[in-house]
Amino acid sequence: MKKPRFLLWFIIALTLFSILIDLPRVNNKFRIDPQFFLRFLIGSKDLSFRKGLDLEGGTSITLRANMDGISKDQQTTALESAKTVIERRINLFGVSEPVIQTATVNNDYRIIVEIPGVTDVNQAINLVGTTAKLEFRELYIASPSALLTYETTKPTGLTGADLANAEASFDQNTGQPVVQFSVNNNSQNKFFEVTKKLVGKPMAICLDKQCFSAPTVQQAIRDTGQITGGFTTEQAKELATQLNAGALPVPLSVLEQNTIGATLGSSSLQKSLFAGILGFIIIVIFMSVLYGRLGMVASLALAIYALLVLAIFKLSTITPYGITLTLSGIAGFILSIGMAVDANILIFERMKEEQRQGKRKEVVLELGFLRAWTSIRDSNVATLITCFILYQFGTGIVRGFALVLAIGVLVSMFSAIVVTRTLLRMVYK
Amino acid sequence: MDIIGKKYLYFIISLVIIIPCIISLLLFGLNLSIDFTGGSRLTLLFPNKVSEHSVRTVRETLNVKKIKMSSLEKSTNRIFIRTETLDQNKNSEFINALHKKLKDFKQEQFETIGPTIGKETTENAIKAVILASILIVLYITLSFRKVPKPASSFRFGVCAIVALIHDILVVVGVFSILGHFFGVEVNSLFVTALLTVIGFSVHDTIVVFDRIRENLRRLPGISFDKIVNESILQTLDRSLNTSLTVVLVLFSLLLFGGESIRWFVVALLIGIISGTYSSIFNASPLLVVWHEKSNIAS
Repeated sequence: MKKPRFLLWFIIALTLFSILIDLPRVNNKFRIDPQFFLRFLIGSKDLSFRKGLDLEGGTSITLRANMDGISKDQQTTALESAKTVIERRINLFGVSEPVIQTATVNNDYRIIVEIPGVTDVNQAINLVGTTAKLEFRELYIASPSALLTYETTKPTGLTGADLANAEASFDQNTGQPVVQFSVNNNSQNKFFEVTKKLVGKPMAICLDKQCFSAPTVQQAIRDTGQITGGFTTEQAKELATQLNAGALPVPLSVLEQNTIGATLGSSSLQKSLFAGILGFIIIVIFMSVLYGRLGMVASLALAIYALLVLAIFKLSTITPYGITLTLSGIAGFILSIGMAVDANILIFERMKEEQRQGKRKEVVLELGFLRAWTSIRDSNVATLITCFILYQFGTGIVRGFALVLAIGVLVSMFSAIVVTRTLLRMVYK
Repeated sequence: MDIIGKKYLYFIISLVIIIPCIISLLLFGLNLSIDFTGGSRLTLLFPNKVSEHSVRTVRETLNVKKIKMSSLEKSTNRIFIRTETLDQNKNSEFINALHKKLKDFKQEQFETIGPTIGKETTENAIKAVILASILIVLYITLSFRKVPKPASSFRFGVCAIVALIHDILVVVGVFSILGHFFGVEVNSLFVTALLTVIGFSVHDTIVVFDRIRENLRRLPGISFDKIVNESILQTLDRSLNTSLTVVLVLFSLLLFGGESIRWFVVALLIGIISGTYSSIFNASPLLVVWHEKSNIAS
């Protein structure tokens, strides 16, 4: 038979490929790079599992954007720019791989922020948080010595949303710390008109109805400007952060937040991994006791299955549909191992029955697979339906579980039908 | 072995388990977590065993800070506190105040869920369970449409759902009892467990039904109840072996998987065991009862 031979090589190749993907890159004395053959695709980045906050520790915050006073057609844009602002703020802070998503639920606009590693919630909330709008305001009494409060100023129409970016730097002539900012492409005309009127007068910078600085406008500003005010380097940095930060186009409020300590995360990971490995060993022993040689072959197929699924998890992180491994996801994975075994048990029980009727071994093998197929198909489709529903309605942990279980079910059908059968055709004679 | 002959005995066993579950559900309801109700959950980690003194201090501090607490539980070195919805400032205030009295603890987790999210989660959970059940009946009806007379694919679908409701009632009911007497909470992971149980229950039932379908085709002369009994016996080894494998894996998760998924695993365990029972002793015997009843009627 030519086809099984080909399939066997295909399975061996697939297994080797998965092992190479699953292995971590070693960067100490011995430099080993198992993913060398993928470097042209993924660049020099390390391929690794994306761990959820419950396994790594960190903070997740769900924010609701208050869209009152923003016209319907502008709401999506406002949400997106709020997201960009938060992204910029977190990047400024130097957090690795934050996940920031927007979501719309029943006309509610939301931003979901996940910051791995940061467990100081105060810091996190301040980082993305509830900080309201940044405004540039005009003083009623245009004198640098005038009292600076929100009440003594009036709006100019310029807000943080008009800014594209701000950073602290040094004046080229004087060497003084300054804050440089650039204006949004869309707001340049507006910015120019307002600042033209204010030349020689102070313009107050107010964050969340608190005015903290009122530099004098030297000239009309169109695209980039500079704030000089004799600050220290620290003050310049702080102002730049506030300008960046306060550029939220909509006020945000916290709907949900969750902070998980890093130690809790890593101990959960270790525990569930240990449980998973133990579960796997139990299955191998159980199958070998119940079905002898057949069971051992099934265990081998199961190992291939586990390698394949892990490789899919790892590879998915370089696509836009990266799978995040959470605690419930690992539970889903372990459960899918159980379901993968079920397919094999169905087949082996069927083979036993056919054998009792005194059929030839090769016939028994093929009949076992053929007759068990409808059960395997129908039961797995039912599970896939459940996964689909879970994914549609679930959030966070529930989604992670559904996705992993669905992938597990699909791969397990491949492993139970194709891998086990091919291996058995070699062994079972 | 004659399972169909004793079918009413098996129905009674199911009822004996389900009736207390229903009573508990009606009387006590479920102990819903903040995932559904909204609120805050704080976990404090202590380096040593939690002392009575620590617990008392935590209670006092909550009182001083005027934070409404709905429950306080402790494990070996953790204290879990459930409160009304707190914001970050209030939480830090509380933690700082507590740090003045108790030196050596760390806040391991702080979770706050607003009432909007809670309501949404509840609605979505109910929708998910109902929709999943409907889709599964439809799938079975479709997949069994070529089943030979006297059976009908619709009956297969309905009986699978009855077995499924059986399993849902058992899991939800047991958690209602656990919630009332041991303070076990139902959270969104529980909904995940419930939906997995649904998947598994149907999975198990379909395997038996698939065999009935095959035997009806192969042995046209034999009476319906004999065929069903034979089919259950033929698939019994498989049902038990599969369930045993899954149960063993779940046990290893239960023993070593850590506290955060403990009750999730318990829900799965109960559901899988109930699912195995109902697919063998409820779903298929019910097909026979329906068949007999409709024969008398015609």
